[in-house]
Amino acid sequence: MTASRTPLLRIASVVKRFGGVTAVDDLSLDIGAGEFFALLGPSGCGKTTLLRMLAGFEAPDAGAIHLNGADIAHVRPHERPVNMMFQNYALFPHLTVEGNIAFGLKRAGLPKDEIAARVAEMIALVRLDGLQARRPDQLSGGQRQRVALARSLARRPQVLLLDEPMAALDKKLREGTQAELMQVQRRLGMTFIIVTHDQEEAMTVADRIGVMDKGKLVQVAPPRELYEAPNSRWIAGFVGDINLIEGQAAARQSGHFTIVTQNAGTIVASHVPSSAIGNVCVAIRPEKIRLSQPAPDAAASVNTFTGILTSTGFLGGVSVYSVKLDQGAVFRVAVANATRAAADGFAAGQRVSLSFAPDDVVVLDR
Amino acid sequence: MSGRRIFTRPARLAAIAPYLWMALFFLVPFGFVLKIALSQTAIAQPPYVPVFDLAAGWESFKAALSALSFDNFKLLVSDDLYIFSYVRSLVVAITSTVILLLIGYPVAYGMSRLPQRWQPVAMMLVIVPFWTSFLIRIYAWINVLQHDGLLNKLLLALGIVDKPLVWLATDSAMYLGIVYSYFPFMILPLYATLSKMDDALLEAAADLGASRLKAFWLVTFPLSLPGIGAGVLLCFIPIVGEFVIPDLLAGSDRMMIGQTLWLEFFTNKDWPVASAIAIVLLALLLVPLLIYEKLQRRHLETH
Repeated sequence: MTASRTPLLRIASVVKRFGGVTAVDDLSLDIGAGEFFALLGPSGCGKTTLLRMLAGFEAPDAGAIHLNGADIAHVRPHERPVNMMFQNYALFPHLTVEGNIAFGLKRAGLPKDEIAARVAEMIALVRLDGLQARRPDQLSGGQRQRVALARSLARRPQVLLLDEPMAALDKKLREGTQAELMQVQRRLGMTFIIVTHDQEEAMTVADRIGVMDKGKLVQVAPPRELYEAPNSRWIAGFVGDINLIEGQAAARQSGHFTIVTQNAGTIVASHVPSSAIGNVCVAIRPEKIRLSQPAPDAAASVNTFTGILTSTGFLGGVSVYSVKLDQGAVFRVAVANATRAAADGFAAGQRVSLSFAPDDVVVLDR
Repeated sequence: MSGRRIFTRPARLAAIAPYLWMALFFLVPFGFVLKIALSQTAIAQPPYVPVFDLAAGWESFKAALSALSFDNFKLLVSDDLYIFSYVRSLVVAITSTVILLLIGYPVAYGMSRLPQRWQPVAMMLVIVPFWTSFLIRIYAWINVLQHDGLLNKLLLALGIVDKPLVWLATDSAMYLGIVYSYFPFMILPLYATLSKMDDALLEAAADLGASRLKAFWLVTFPLSLPGIGAGVLLCFIPIVGEFVIPDLLAGSDRMMIGQTLWLEFFTNKDWPVASAIAIVLLALLLVPLLIYEKLQRRHLETH
């Protein structure tokens, strides 16, 4: 849904080194106007460095950053039409909520009445009414977060950069704040780039996610595609929970591919990328697997296996089971607790059978 | 819950300690000085009357009490010498403090911007001169500044002057000595506040359109005001009462109040007037302290 947009921001072959460490390694990326883009990755993957280069706090060693066609790679931070919401908010402790929000507007040299109007607009947008005269240390964590958001939005930047904006909030507050952030982004139609190490957060808020590892973008895709069609074994393991089994893929036969594995018998898949004939890795999400009482004719059906339930975990909405197949592989299975009695039928030590559809099997290069 | 229960007994005793200290080493001596200030000078031992003698009975105590007067304070106001001394002390203290702030702030700022591992080194460089006796350092300056001293030799050798200049016994020498001696007292509180400054605040200021200079004036400077206040007080108050530096480095034509006090006490043996001078000085110094206290409290209340 975003691919057709004209790129507002074009990052072209950007490299950034710190001493001998390459933090961002020849990275290219287009981000469209109005897009909510998430940079996701483990700590130290270079996502924050990339964000800081967009803000102007770091200069790339090579490559270009085009905003609306103009290279801004070496434009100083205070001269960029880009604003940033800092991880720990970096609110000015000596200024009030109003003073913080007005700071950027005053630097832009706007007339007084317009500054007042914009500040009021921002206060209403992030629901801080009545707190205008407070100082940051008189606010709660959630309120501070909203001041930081309002301050970074006040100048109406072409791109808003958000550096782990919810890292300091507790889980409940974080979920509410994610929804608010999406509403604000949609209402303003602004381009947001968020850096996060929390994949659920990235999935929730973003139109597209760029997963980074060791300074490179490993996959750029909408959340659903990233989850259902990971392009590598690393992505499959990084995003969500998954079962990975190694095997040998054979050529297509009557519309299906068969993969012979060492410890999980023969698995049938609907799709196999053309590059992945031969040694492959089979990936199946735990929630795509059906768990049932052992069926006598199990071996006869496609992708149906029997084994022993080795452990159970009740997580509330779902239960997570480990099943050791007769062939040796261990599968994690997630079952939604659709009824209160749903988890009653399974106990550790019993024999079970499990099955999954060929459509839900993802085959990856090894 | 009753407020009293917050502190345990030992904690409450510990809270009393500073008050006890104040009472014992400030209020009691202050009472003595005040009493002497209200007495009259006399050729006696001690050199003033009246002397309270509790053994002499109630009537003589009352007589002694009625003999106390404010004459010495009236003298301070009526004689130009004292007023000039007070004014000179304030002028010297204000001028020195301003110079200290103007030099100290950039130095402390520079120190706080140094790479982390160089900061303790810079700190040591500021503190190390303190390991030598203060008096010895001032005498060293006399050596440097005197007629055939190092400074004149250097200036002559460089051809900047063709005959030695007079440095010693001038106000310049005194200001040099004061600024040199009080430098660490200005630097340390300033450095303490500046080094705590969060770099992210400056990045936020830059992100919101402030140039480096603007970011300094709008963020760094206001946030360093508590350090400026502490540094100014730490320098200003002792400089007002400074005695040694003006005595050794400045000329003898104009005196600071500390010198006048010394003169009254040791040369004129007029303890009552010297005491009155000390009490008025203390009252004067309370003014900046109270202002600072008030600002601090307002700072705490808004936070």
